[in-house]
Amino acid sequence: MKDLKDPTQSTTGETPGKGFSRRGFLRGVGVSSGALTAGVLQNEAEAAETVNESANVSGPGEVPVTLTINGKAMKVSVEPRATLLDTLRNKLDLTAAKRVCDRGTCGACTVIMNGKAVYACTVLAIDAQGKQIQTLEGLSANGKPHPVSQAFVNNDAQQCGYCTPGFVVATKNFLDHNPNPTEEQVKQGLGGNLCRCGTYMGIRKAALEAAKTMGGGKNA
Amino acid sequence: MDAFAYANPATLSEATALLASSLYDAQVLAGGTDLISLMKDYLLTPATVVNIKNIKELGGVAKGPGGLRIGATATFDELASSAVVKTEYPAIHAAVTGLTSPQLRNMGTAGGDLCQWPRCWYFRNGYGILAMKDGKSLVPGGENKYHGIFGGPAYFVSPSSLGPALIALGAKVTLANAAGKRTVDAAKFFVAPKDETTRGIDLQAGEILTEIVVPPAAGKNATYEIREREAMDWPLATASVCLKMSGGKVASAKVVLGHVGPVPVDSAKAAEFLAGKSIDEATAEQAGAAAVEGAKPLSQNGYKVQLAKVAVKRALLAVGKA
Repeated sequence: MKDLKDPTQSTTGETPGKGFSRRGFLRGVGVSSGALTAGVLQNEAEAAETVNESANVSGPGEVPVTLTINGKAMKVSVEPRATLLDTLRNKLDLTAAKRVCDRGTCGACTVIMNGKAVYACTVLAIDAQGKQIQTLEGLSANGKPHPVSQAFVNNDAQQCGYCTPGFVVATKNFLDHNPNPTEEQVKQGLGGNLCRCGTYMGIRKAALEAAKTMGGGKNA
Repeated sequence: MDAFAYANPATLSEATALLASSLYDAQVLAGGTDLISLMKDYLLTPATVVNIKNIKELGGVAKGPGGLRIGATATFDELASSAVVKTEYPAIHAAVTGLTSPQLRNMGTAGGDLCQWPRCWYFRNGYGILAMKDGKSLVPGGENKYHGIFGGPAYFVSPSSLGPALIALGAKVTLANAAGKRTVDAAKFFVAPKDETTRGIDLQAGEILTEIVVPPAAGKNATYEIREREAMDWPLATASVCLKMSGGKVASAKVVLGHVGPVPVDSAKAAEFLAGKSIDEATAEQAGAAAVEGAKPLSQNGYKVQLAKVAVKRALLAVGKA
């Protein structure tokens, strides 16, 4: 393990993530002397305070965040380092998006943000404020599965099922932008999601079927 | 991931002021597709993360009198759907659409593509940019299938998708800090590291990459990428070419290889070879051979010499057809 730097410890002596305020930050800076003189630090700290106010600095402790998820405004308190995925799953009980690679590669955490599919594991929750977020939970209406979900069932488009929520959301977003895809376009358009069981054939069939049930699919 | 404070400046001057102060120990956040993973792996542990996506002047893709302006926070998706990019800068369009994950195209930005850290697995596992252990690079005697054939002492490959195309097209990159702005040629923005204090790009502490300006296309251009898998994969070798033609012959050429060295490789030899010739299968192939002259493959990546050669050939033939 490499030496873990604690950004708050060095300046404030406070526990990271808890009770870190601008005031505490400046007080901490004021009393630490070390190699630099307190005067220089005080000047920098004063400059920092000005920047803090204008540039809207928050954290590293928990801050109130409002997320618009499936059309509903949801208030939650998170540290700036919290990803959208962890916030959905751990704080908002929306567990459809899955945490698999957690490095923006596998697609199991796919959600739609302002009409575009994104990896929720690689978006900060604090960064997602003011955006329309759609998760798998928001796709079904009137107790009926979304046509994409139904097509996945009809075409046996899953095996272990862990990648499925991400694939369904990615497919829905792909069809929103490409209502009449060819099979090749489906292949490319779902290129941001992985299935280790290898159910791609079923998934592609499901995408083409869903395109038709959603009123498109004219090139399938 | 360690805790950090989050800054959300609305203007470039606010952002550069944050980066200028050592108290903030800040990293710039745009699409986050590299930074967030680096922080999760404790390779970067900033005290402050400065989001630059809400700085309006850093966004957008637009054609102006000086050429194509690509804002630092323009996403790959914006670039992929730009009609100007598709028709006038096919070299950029191919590089952008070569990133096949829609999610990454929706998130990843042009500036971030140039500023991302090496994907070398030794670097990603904490051995530093030169992958050193006990004073020796781990790469030549290690797992080097995906490393450079133009390397040493740094063996990682520049991960930038846009880099080779931007160099072939003669683009310039603008960098800003609290004191002002400077502009560098895309070719000079990439710098092969000689030690652990540099990181492969000419981005100094306190600086933000603000925009890329690509001059009006000097000629027909194309990019050809070769990957192991069709989707979700890094290229193994790429070539971007730009040809100024005169009466069916090449007046001047640019041939730039990607993913074969710590910086994109601008091949003067291939350019020299092409001058005065017309493009056909044979000249394209010979230009490819000229481009890989001087390559020093490692124990597991000799295949990259052949791929780079073929990438040059196919990029040139694509231009010939256009």
